Amino acid sequence: MARYSAFSVFRNALSGQKNWQRAWRAAEPKSSYDVIVIGGGGHGLATAFYLAENHGIRDVAVLEKGYVGSGNVGRNTTVIRSNYLLDGNTQFYEFSMKLWEDMSQALNFNVMFSQRGQLVTAHSADQLDGFSHRANVMRLNGIDADILDREDVRRLVPYLDFSDTARFPIHGAIFQGRAGTARHDAVAWGYARAADSHGVDIIQNCEVTGFVRDGDRIVGVETTKGRIGAGKVGLAVAGHTSVLGAKAGLELPIESHVLQAFVTEPLKPLVDHVVAYGADHFYVSQSDKGGLVFGGNLDGYNSYAQRGNLGVVREVAEAAIALMPCISRVRLLRHWGGVMDMTPDASPIICPTPIEGLYLNGGWCYGGFKATPASGWCFAHTIATGKPHPLIAAYGLDRFRTGHTLDEAGAGPLAWLQ
Amino acid sequence: MLRIECPCCGPRDHDEFRYGGDASVKRPAHDDPDPEAWYRYVYIRTNPAGPHREFWQHVTGCRQWLVVERDTRNHAIAAVDFARKLPARKSTLRKSPA
Repeated sequence: MARYSAFSVFRNALSGQKNWQRAWRAAEPKSSYDVIVIGGGGHGLATAFYLAENHGIRDVAVLEKGYVGSGNVGRNTTVIRSNYLLDGNTQFYEFSMKLWEDMSQALNFNVMFSQRGQLVTAHSADQLDGFSHRANVMRLNGIDADILDREDVRRLVPYLDFSDTARFPIHGAIFQGRAGTARHDAVAWGYARAADSHGVDIIQNCEVTGFVRDGDRIVGVETTKGRIGAGKVGLAVAGHTSVLGAKAGLELPIESHVLQAFVTEPLKPLVDHVVAYGADHFYVSQSDKGGLVFGGNLDGYNSYAQRGNLGVVREVAEAAIALMPCISRVRLLRHWGGVMDMTPDASPIICPTPIEGLYLNGGWCYGGFKATPASGWCFAHTIATGKPHPLIAAYGLDRFRTGHTLDEAGAGPLAWLQ
Repeated sequence: MLRIECPCCGPRDHDEFRYGGDASVKRPAHDDPDPEAWYRYVYIRTNPAGPHREFWQHVTGCRQWLVVERDTRNHAIAAVDFARKLPARKSTLRKSPA
């Protein structure tokens, strides 16, 4: 695998940039592998990479039913942050943040990680108290967090509505300076290329249609490209975990819901940070092309359609204008939907399953993209050793049965209200 | 947008309705002491990619709870009926002797 560098760009310039090799091989499946990871999104590819990199397990295949990056890794709003309140989440997402900070070097692929800072606006004294609680938890865990008052926020993001007529006046904000964005396609491509360079087979257009069993144990998968044997199988298909889980005989506390994202026409630089609206569900950043990228609430009913309804477009636009009246005349360029695994407590599930040979990584709700590296790291550990990584000890499937839920959203077990 | 054919009010935009989740989930009898039954009722969902029976309440219309059968892949609605027509649930527990 040719290393990407300034020198390689220069050297290839001598031949008109026409002799680059493809970033990963177009692999066809072998008859069996030590580990099969189902799902060629960010989490599946990261898992395959860390299986090879951290655990020396290189006889690995990643099976993707579409093409790499066609699912949620290419549909999110690219926000990365580690401002979680609850023990278990706080440490996991901070570990992820540290992996992000080193990712472009580790993968030799520029994922355009930009630590531009993220703030969530507070609209009452009580809400700011709640944010102070969160900021204290973060600082006690060694994570950067700042509480801003109204004038601080005005200096930082003067384009928000600070007028006397603001529907929800801004009292302050919680700010994490190390938060930011990354180019999501590059994350998928970077992990795919790095995993491939370790010998991992990335097999696209290969849908898993069933599981092969030997007694109680899963020993392979049936696919549209035939039967493939496997020592262990890892599921990383968030959005469709229930569909594949049902084929394996798993009963899951998951509902699939559509979350929409939006991008406007390109503007000159306006939004320097990631800004989240504390009075409604709206968050925005500006892409390097100039488009405002933003998102809002779930569509509100079970859905596997990768498209959303217009009611949410209206609601998100209303929230956007309430926070940033200056963008009221900006035109929307595109909007699209991704299918989320929504769990009853808004926290993910990564664990061995009751079925021998099958490991589960799903239930990412809104938060999957920022977790990509840590999810892959910890899931690879779980598959390699058969035991959950300490950082994901709280993400077991049995937490719902035992009452140890991690209710970060505080919305109760109704997925569509999170 | 979904258009739900309310048996009371006729075809209406889904913005008039409140979603109530999977209608196939069975609530255990109120005096059922089995935690497994409550766990399954609160958390476990079949979450099908295909036909899904689900509750909707026509909050800005007749306020009736409905059961809608909708395909979660393309939102095609096959059937709508009043939720009150669902069979009543009975306790499966034997009464303890008085």
